[in-house]
Amino acid sequence: MNASAQENRMELFAPGHRACHGCGMALSVRHILKATGNQVAVVTPTGCLETFSSPYGYSPWRVPWIHHLFENGPSVASGVAAALDAQGRGDVRVVAIGGDGSTFDIGFAALSGMFERDDDVLYICVDNGAYMNTGGQRSGATPTYASTTTDPVGKLRPGKLQHKKDLPAIVAAHGAAYVATASVAYRKDLQKKVKRAMEFHGARYLQIDTPCPSVWGFPSDHTLEVGRLGVASGLVPLFEMEYGNVTKVRKIKPITVDKYLRGQKRFRHLFADEQGAELVAKLQQMADANIAKYGLSSQSGGQ
Amino acid sequence: MGAVKVVEGSQAVAEAVRACRPQVISAYPISPQTHIVETLAQMVADGELGSRYLRVESEFSAASVLAGASCAGSRCYTASSSQGLLLMTEVLYASAGMRLPFVITGVNRSISAPITIQVDQQDTISLRDTGLIQLYAESSQEAYDMHLAAFKIAEDPGIMLPVMVCMDGWILTHSYERIDFLDQQDVDRFLPPFKPANLMEVEDPKTWGSYSEENVLMEFRYALQKSMDYAQERIPQVMGDLASYTGRDYGGLIEAYATDDAEVILVAMGSVTGTLKDAVDQMREAGRKVGLIKIRCFRPFPARQIWEAVRGAKVVAVLDANVSLGSEGALGLDLKAKLCGRPDGPLVVDFIAGLGGREINPLVAEDIVDQALEAAQAPTPPWAPIWVGLDASIVA
Ligand SMILES: Cc1ncc(C[n+]2csc(CCOP(=O)(O)OP(=O)(O)O)c2C)c(N)n1
Ligand code: SF4
Ligand SMILES: [Mg+2]
Repeated sequence: MNASAQENRMELFAPGHRACHGCGMALSVRHILKATGNQVAVVTPTGCLETFSSPYGYSPWRVPWIHHLFENGPSVASGVAAALDAQGRGDVRVVAIGGDGSTFDIGFAALSGMFERDDDVLYICVDNGAYMNTGGQRSGATPTYASTTTDPVGKLRPGKLQHKKDLPAIVAAHGAAYVATASVAYRKDLQKKVKRAMEFHGARYLQIDTPCPSVWGFPSDHTLEVGRLGVASGLVPLFEMEYGNVTKVRKIKPITVDKYLRGQKRFRHLFADEQGAELVAKLQQMADANIAKYGLSSQSGGQ
Repeated sequence: MGAVKVVEGSQAVAEAVRACRPQVISAYPISPQTHIVETLAQMVADGELGSRYLRVESEFSAASVLAGASCAGSRCYTASSSQGLLLMTEVLYASAGMRLPFVITGVNRSISAPITIQVDQQDTISLRDTGLIQLYAESSQEAYDMHLAAFKIAEDPGIMLPVMVCMDGWILTHSYERIDFLDQQDVDRFLPPFKPANLMEVEDPKTWGSYSEENVLMEFRYALQKSMDYAQERIPQVMGDLASYTGRDYGGLIEAYATDDAEVILVAMGSVTGTLKDAVDQMREAGRKVGLIKIRCFRPFPARQIWEAVRGAKVVAVLDANVSLGSEGALGLDLKAKLCGRPDGPLVVDFIAGLGGREINPLVAEDIVDQALEAAQAPTPPWAPIWVGLDASIVA
């Protein structure tokens, strides 16, 4: 057996699944499980991850894994955790990994319930900012001015007009012990956060930015680059919160948002005309607000 | 024999559930289910019941918690009613499809609109095709017994499906009845702990809830149907086994009451069958050859047993406390479908009766028998169901 085959045997999320080339989500799941180790059971609501990882008869999951429905990931996870606890198997921890659609939108009530009850689950949202499994429709996590198939650019509209829902803040408002954001582009940071999350008991939340080459529209070997640019622009702030307080942020040397937006088809319309330039300026304001709010800039000191 | 007490139906159910030692309970309140889940919560709060009790934000989550807990190998329980049961629908389909057993009390209540808390069976009937096993109780004592049996049926390795014990809201849940309780040792002997073949184990990790193309879904459904067939055989055995402890034998999937020489046979399920037994007795006293079939198990549907009991009758009058709008009641449809084409069978006439709490008493039953006989005399059978007791001043 050669070295890479041996390494594959160690993977808890094994190769051979059916994600698109360069899928940020698939890569992030691999990172997550390396950080948790194998003493976990994973719950995944319907979405790309479920679809590409579970064609009947095959499975890359080398941990117990259950998919049930789209809108009940948190509740199924609570049930698994309760059962393990009741059986005295609390050493096996429960991790839910769901897309932004299931987390921000259709499963939001269940998520809120799980956090209000403070069930012992690490809930990870692998956020690609739209409903990819069904073709890239708008979600509550879709960033402003991104074009999606249900909120497309048209003569009258520049894509999504609203803000991305601030889910980390909403979860933190439930009193969660640990809330953090990460990016697939920063593996060590991501894994450190997973490990930190596992040190707590009760409901915890991690939101991972997972660029999707197929729907965002960029070459499949640019996933990490796109992820890095998002973070560097300030549009994807990386931070940790404990009991509602921001405890750490990942510092950036801010770049202008156009450097992040330009490489993606979903933002292409922003570079077509004058009007687009105004919208880019608005996005720059949003990035600047993030940078100020979290003290992201390494130049400005901050937290 | 265990204790005998006069208790509310909800209390009887809660006692049955406690005796079955579920490890996980999750519920969301809705009338008239509330007394059951409140009683269980009190038992947990007082340390009389060791279940993990998850007070979720919706029925959708209650059922979902059970799906997860069942997959992880715990015995689990919930109860709901009406709108709450409908909200669970998607979860129930998926749980049956994934062979995740648990027990639900379906406290029967009508469905909006108009919003009401009155009883009929539209709610549980709407879950007919989910893959649930559905049992219907006539009395609180029967509901108590059915709950004990339900866990054993659900967890049978050849079944592995959610089981719903349906009981009429208010009429059963909120009335006081003499209940014979079974001793805990007997319950434990009858119902050993749940030991699923597949646990969520890190040493032997498995994948549940896979994605299917056109290659396997049909085989999954077929396997479910086969399990339903097996359940038809197994449920009477489990109930017989329980009867050896309780001394109470209700018959198997159906109870045939005075059907042997009957010309007219009423078919119904739930608490109304108690009333109908009285009605049959009264009509018998008056010399009329009337019988009753009480359906105890609606899914799987005991067509063969029903056929054996009704084949000599002239007409079968089905009382449906539900309606499949644009067609007929669900029980009537099933019976007609299953009896159709069998030689010399009786005419089946469907009656929509008792919707939204509308009273059915022995006089109403007698009227139904008259109308059924009239229909049997008519040159062709009726195309439409017969609605019982409509207020002419409203529908005019
Ligand atoms: C109740 C319900 N509504 C809609 C769908 C269709 N559906 C399946 S996955 C999905 C979108 C998933 O989006 P997200 O959670 O962001 O995951 P992604 O595919 O983007 O990873 C939708 C709309 C469904 N399966 N169930
Ligand atoms: S559509 Fe996007 S998220 Fe889905 S598998 Fe492909 S790259 Fe991954
Ligand atoms: Mg998504």
